[in-house]
Formats: sequence, structure tokens, C-alpha cells
Amino acid sequence: MAAKVFIPRDTTAQALGANQLAEQLAFEACQRQIPLEIVRNGSRGMFWLEPLVEVETAKGRVAYGPVTLSAIPELLDQGLLEGRKEHPLCLGLTEEIPYLKNQQRLTFARAGIIDPVSLADYRQHGGFIGFEKALKLSGQEIVDLVKKSGIRGRGGAAFPAGVKWQTVRDAQGKGPRVQKYVVCNADEGDSGSFADRLVMEADPFMLIEGMAITGLAVGATQGYIYLRSEYPVAAKILDEAIDIAYANGYLGTNIGGSGKAFELEVRLGAEAYICGEETSLLESLEGKRGLVRAKPPLPAIEGLFGQPTVVNNVLTLAAVPYVLAEGAEAYAGKGMGRSRGTMPFQLAGNIKQGGLVELAFGPTLRTLLFDYGGGSLSGRPIRAVQVGGPLGTYLPEKQWDTPLDYEAFAEAGAVLGHGGVVAFDDSVDMAEQARFAMEFCAVESCGKCTPCRIGSVRGVEVIDKVRADQNRDANLILLQDLCDTMRDGSMCAMGGMTPNPVVSALQHFAEDFQRSNSTNQPTISGESRHA
Amino acid sequence: MNVFLDKDRIRSADAVLEELAPSDSELVIGTINRLKNEPGALLPILHAIQDQLGYIPPSSIPSIAKALRQTAAEVHGVLSFYHHFRKTPPGRRVVQICRAEACQAVGSRNLEQHAKMALGIDYHQTTADNEVTLEPVYCLGNCACGPSVRIGDEIVGRVDAERFDELVEALALQPLEVK
Repeated sequence: MAAKVFIPRDTTAQALGANQLAEQLAFEACQRQIPLEIVRNGSRGMFWLEPLVEVETAKGRVAYGPVTLSAIPELLDQGLLEGRKEHPLCLGLTEEIPYLKNQQRLTFARAGIIDPVSLADYRQHGGFIGFEKALKLSGQEIVDLVKKSGIRGRGGAAFPAGVKWQTVRDAQGKGPRVQKYVVCNADEGDSGSFADRLVMEADPFMLIEGMAITGLAVGATQGYIYLRSEYPVAAKILDEAIDIAYANGYLGTNIGGSGKAFELEVRLGAEAYICGEETSLLESLEGKRGLVRAKPPLPAIEGLFGQPTVVNNVLTLAAVPYVLAEGAEAYAGKGMGRSRGTMPFQLAGNIKQGGLVELAFGPTLRTLLFDYGGGSLSGRPIRAVQVGGPLGTYLPEKQWDTPLDYEAFAEAGAVLGHGGVVAFDDSVDMAEQARFAMEFCAVESCGKCTPCRIGSVRGVEVIDKVRADQNRDANLILLQDLCDTMRDGSMCAMGGMTPNPVVSALQHFAEDFQRSNSTNQPTISGESRHA
Repeated sequence: MNVFLDKDRIRSADAVLEELAPSDSELVIGTINRLKNEPGALLPILHAIQDQLGYIPPSSIPSIAKALRQTAAEVHGVLSFYHHFRKTPPGRRVVQICRAEACQAVGSRNLEQHAKMALGIDYHQTTADNEVTLEPVYCLGNCACGPSVRIGDEIVGRVDAERFDELVEALALQPLEVK
């Protein structure tokens, strides 16, 4: 029997040479006349070990990583294909690696285990059980289950999904032909976030299943996945999976033989961070500039093309099949306080063991950074941690014992957002990071609100003056004032939360703003829409 | 910024756009006709044109506008809103460097300085030999293994100065695949 080897095809594994590795291994095996089956699975999310090669054995999969091209001959010599443990790259049984073993994987239970575009694999691992249950329920019963599970939007705002769905379900719609929509927000623009990407690249049928169930629940027959164009690998895998789902009756005019329709299509963004904001995303889907809309009306009542629309993040929709399959209680039973279920945290930046860590809400940042992350990659002390993307707060060490749940973070003046955790070592210049936050806002603002559009440009200038020691004290006061104006005078989170990283840098790393920096400042490197 | 800019090596961005070749013109019209009845068709049309030609020729704007019953100003507004779309042909390869925080934490600021020096261009510029157009990008989702670079549809992780030079050198040897 041919040995079965798994080499991931997700973005990170490919970025570290997985494709070349798969080719080389196939070539090498062929030369040695060893029969070999290579499965291109999704990643397990232990990115520091990529490319991670796994071999199926009677005891389970044995992992080797990170595997380089040059290591292949000796790995084969030393029993790679039998799962032997002599070679120093051998990590033992994959499931026993503590980083993975200690997680509570719910959304990512199948990630890295299955071939992402194998329907048989997906079904064999519990796929479409939730969908089949949903087919036997009324739309209202599905909405009730989702309410009971307590699942909240994973995009950052943490709005209860069931409440949103109920609104869409009850909405009457406009015009002679009412068309409700399910829109998946896959514009995962936050730096440090890759959980959405991993769902789409490792387990895309789960998202498709979640969206079809949502469609059944609210009475929507058309779905769109709004995917950022920066994710070419995810786009390819999603397209493959959607084709397969259509061919097997999980999408189309008669899903699962129910007589009900659900059509699904991927639409690509075009490098605009603001389109992760739901109303901006809807404008973009309609073929317009991604200008933020005023709310109300809520998208649930007047969303895409003016019709009732569920807009949910990838992780929210991906959690739905579990709720249906295992029951609302199983989901609600995990977590703390009002933060129910699990949260996929993403360890990124200057971290030794970066990757995806799915845990019930409640562990501390310190646990993530050190127990899972293993400290900094550079070996220097970690100094600042940005949680929740480019609009998230920079946390100094004294805040690392805050439990990771929505409410505890809000109390600490921070946001959990999409769960991205970016570590910086002590070589970081926090004044430069504050400047970047303003610069990013200047490049990515949609331009609708003046405090965001102009304030961000002024913010860059003021920080430059502070760093060049021009009227430093007065300019620091001005900067604080500018941040207040942006926070209070912007319609969406872009302008409203850009002050988070700036103010937290000022507050916790004030010494970095007192240093003189005489070098010439770079100008804004991106292309502002309003130049 | 202390980037050495050799003016002769930079092709001016606005010294472009000749009339479209008839085959390109046909391709633009065919694309518009294929997609114009999709709901929210403008972005899919712009993507399809840029995927095939590498850019959106400004001369195609009136045809797009007419097909979608919009004004040319509306189409231009959308085209210029999104960083991805370009109105001038890029070099043979577009190289994007991630500027976002997770990559900054592992040295992307040094990488971008190096890239600009090595290529002799700034962001949004193309080398005079028309090989490389350099663009910034804000996050490629490879945040645990930065600094990240995207070349065409390929994303490369853990890119330091040395690795960047290797990648650029390899580009020169690669034939361009025809889409």
C-alpha cells in the first residue's frame, strides 16, 4: 500500500515552500520507486513548523517540520514514510504536540486533518450533519437555536448573531421582488489575523454549509462571500469547493433535495481595508466606492441592493454547523460570562511559535504569548502587544493578565476584535507605531468623515513634529485632542478607533515620544484616496 | 527617505497609454458584455479586465460606463478608490511588500528600505527595464511568518534582504506565463 503523506496547501505553508517540497518529495519517491500518495491538506495552524509534513501510521499521523528541500533524502533514508522517529525533524504524533493538544478546537476541528476540497473527507468528519438537521427545522427554529447558543459576531463588534438573523427573518423587504441575502465578510484586513483565511483554505465546506444554513434560517436564496483580493490561495480553494458543492446539490436551486434554493458566489475586493466595515462592504458589492453608510437603516433591514441582508464574519458563519450538529448547549457550554463558545486567537508578529490557537474565552494574553507562543522570535523581551488589528490597543506588560473575553477587554480599554495578537520586542519604537496607525488611516480612510480623512493626515504631521522635538509638549496635547475629535466625530470604526493604538502608545510608552529623532521622515507611503 | 533614485531608471507613470491594440479592445468589450448583467457588475468587470491586461486602460472607461448606465466619472471614482486597480500598465511583475504591523514586528521596515534601494525605485514605480513594479500592501494574512512579499499570485514568507534579492534575481530568469 502506498504511504500517505500530508503537505499543506494553505498560504503560509506555500509561502514557506510547501509546493516545491511536495514536488520534490514526489520526485524523490519516484526515483526510489516507492509508491506514495500526497494529500494537500489545510494547515494545522502551527505556522512555525511549516512546511509540516505528516505521515499516516497505525498510531495516527506523525509530524515532521519544518521540512526543507535538502532534508528530504535523509528523511526518506531514516524512515519518514514509516513514521519513524530517528530524524531530528520528527515531532512525534501530531495530535500530541502540546500546542495543538491543549487547544479546544471547535471551528478548527478539521483544519489540517482533511483535504479541503474533498467532500468525502468533509462528510466523514462530521460535515453537513448540521445542514441535514437544519433541513428538518423551520427557519424560526434554526434562528432560535443560534440565539440560544449565544454566538456573537466574530468580526470584531461581537453583536449576537441570533438577534441579527431574527431581524432579517422578520424584515419585509422592499419593492415587488423581495430578495434576502447572506453576505460573508471575508475581508480579513486586520494585520495579525488569519483565522478567516485558515477556515477558507483548510475547511471551506464548513463556511459553505454555515451560509446555506443561514439562508434556510432567514429565507435568503443568494449568498456572497466578499473575499479580499490579497488572498489568492483562499480564492482558488473556495472556488473549487463551491463548484463541488454545486455539483453535489449542497448549493443551487434544490439544496439537499429540500426544494429550497441557495446560490453562492465569491466576489473579490480590491485592496481597501475599509471594505471590512459591513456597510462599506455592501457598497463595494454593489459595484461602488466603499463609502461607509449611515446606520440606520441597519443592513438587516436595508442591506445589499436595499434588501434585508445578514452580514456575518467567516468565523461566525463557520461556527453555525457546529451549533446545529451538536446543539446550542454544547456551544454555549464553553467560554465565560457573555462571551460564549471558543475564540480562535492568532499569534503573530515577533513570536517564536506563531499560529492559530482556538480556546474557550478566558485565558490571559500572557498564557497565549508564553505558554503557546514561546516568547519572542528574536529572543529579546516582548515589550508591546497589539490585539485586534491595526485599530487595536497596544498593551504593555502590566495588562497581559487581562482575560481574553469581550467584556474584560472593553473594561481594560482595549478590543478583542478578530482575535489577532501581534507581539513586538523591545526594539520597537512606539512613536513610530503610533505614526503608522495614523498613516494607515490616511491611506485607507474612505473619506466620508472629515475627522478621519483629514485628521489622520494631520495626525502623521503632528507625530512627526513630536518626534523631531518641535514644540513637543504643545503638540502632544494637540495629538490627544485630535484623537478625541477622530473618536467622537467619525461614523465608523476606521476613524473612531484609529486613536486606540495612538493613545495607548502615548499612555503606556510615553518615553518613546520624548526621544529626539532627527532623521528625515518618510512621507505617507501608501496611496491616499484623497491626495 | 534616503532612497537613491536614479531618474533615468524610472519610467514616468503618465508617459503611457497609446491607443489600445484591436485585440485588447475586443477583449475589453467582450469582458464587459459577458459581465454587465451581473448584480453589482463594476468590480467584477474591472477585475476581469485587469487580470487580462494588467491594468484598466482609461480608454475603456466610457464603454464600461455606457454598458452599466453610469457616468464615466462614477466608473473613474470606483477605479481610483481601490488600491488594487491601476490605470497604467505595470512592469512585467508586480512585487508587493507587506507594510502591516505583524510584518513590521519582524523587520519589514528594513525590508522595504532595502527593496527600494535594490530596485532603485519607490512604491508605485516601475524599473526602467520594465521588469518590476513595486507596490505596498496591507496584510497578506501570513502574519506569523513575515515579512511577507507577494509576486503575482505567489506569497513568500520570512523575506529578509538576502531572500528579496534572490527572489528578484529569479524573476529575471522566469518566463512570464500567459494567462
